[in-house]
Amino acid sequence: MAEFAVSRAPQKITTLGLGSCVGASIFDPLVKVGGMIHIMLPYSSMALKSENPAKFADTGLPLLVERLEQLGASRSRMFMKIVGGAEMFKIDGPDDRLRIGARNIEAVESICQEMSLPIVARSVGGNTGKSIVLNLEDGSVQIRMISGIIVI
Amino acid sequence: MIRLEDLSHLQLDALKEVGNIGAGHAATALSQILLEKVDMTVPHVSIMPLSQVDQVMGGPEQVVSGIFMRVFGNAPGKIVFLFAEDEAVSLADSVIRSNLGAQTDCDFRESALKEIANIMTGAYLYALTRLTGFNLLPSVPALANDMAGAIINTALLDLGAVGDYALLIQTQFSLISRKINGHFFLVPDPDSLELILNALGVGTGWKK
Repeated sequence: MAEFAVSRAPQKITTLGLGSCVGASIFDPLVKVGGMIHIMLPYSSMALKSENPAKFADTGLPLLVERLEQLGASRSRMFMKIVGGAEMFKIDGPDDRLRIGARNIEAVESICQEMSLPIVARSVGGNTGKSIVLNLEDGSVQIRMISGIIVI
Repeated sequence: MIRLEDLSHLQLDALKEVGNIGAGHAATALSQILLEKVDMTVPHVSIMPLSQVDQVMGGPEQVVSGIFMRVFGNAPGKIVFLFAEDEAVSLADSVIRSNLGAQTDCDFRESALKEIANIMTGAYLYALTRLTGFNLLPSVPALANDMAGAIINTALLDLGAVGDYALLIQTQFSLISRKINGHFFLVPDPDSLELILNALGVGTGWKK
């Protein structure tokens, strides 16, 4: 949680047990370089203190793109897949803090639009936990849930 | 605001004692519902990086039943119960006192588990109220059967806004007659920690 990783084929990158967090995978198919970030919260301005930019969508995504460029990926070829942002607990009544999943998804989508990163696939919302594996051979993302496995 | 990394041994011991007394009340409550002996461990107070919190119960992909409650009042926070999924079923059945068989998505069972969490939390918070003089009330419980990582991360999310560490006061309950281990976490909201420490007489003046 609140971490990121970059690598190249034939490696795989994985993050386990996403709940309200969003797992964003970015891939450059030409050089087969990609990365993944496990975003906890939408905006770093929400924070009183944090030494970890990977925790937030607005600071984490630019950081991930920068590291991918250092590995030879090109911004113009990158595409993205997003998973997570679930509402794990259904609680009646207005407790905004528990709707953080939806706010994480909104933030990631609007930041990607600003950065001109196309989101080509998504498996977001709902109320199930997910683990994801990004395969850097082809940019596919395998999603494991307790109900089964899907690939996007 | 107090930084979790800066808590002294004395302050950690005070928090452990809070956990001990609260969990003692909660174990007694559970024992009275089940009419059998409930054991509990000495509470474990841990301060860990947020990125490692999902390791606390057999790894992030372990399937668990999690019950989540917010604590409202003078020192708000969160309470999370975690049970291995099959043990949660067994616990619910011992409260209902019948065996419902293999109907896994049973509302009745979920309701029983929520009620157990509710009663234990009530007992826990009552003890904490007596110790601190605070007024503390639990929300209605919410339940999820899913990966431990997804459940714990969700419960801790707003801590991420204030720091990179989480404080967990963790107690384990077990029943003698059958294998049921429950994990109980009290996660004070960041601002509440200092209030609790002050109320216990080990406020910031006691640092180190």
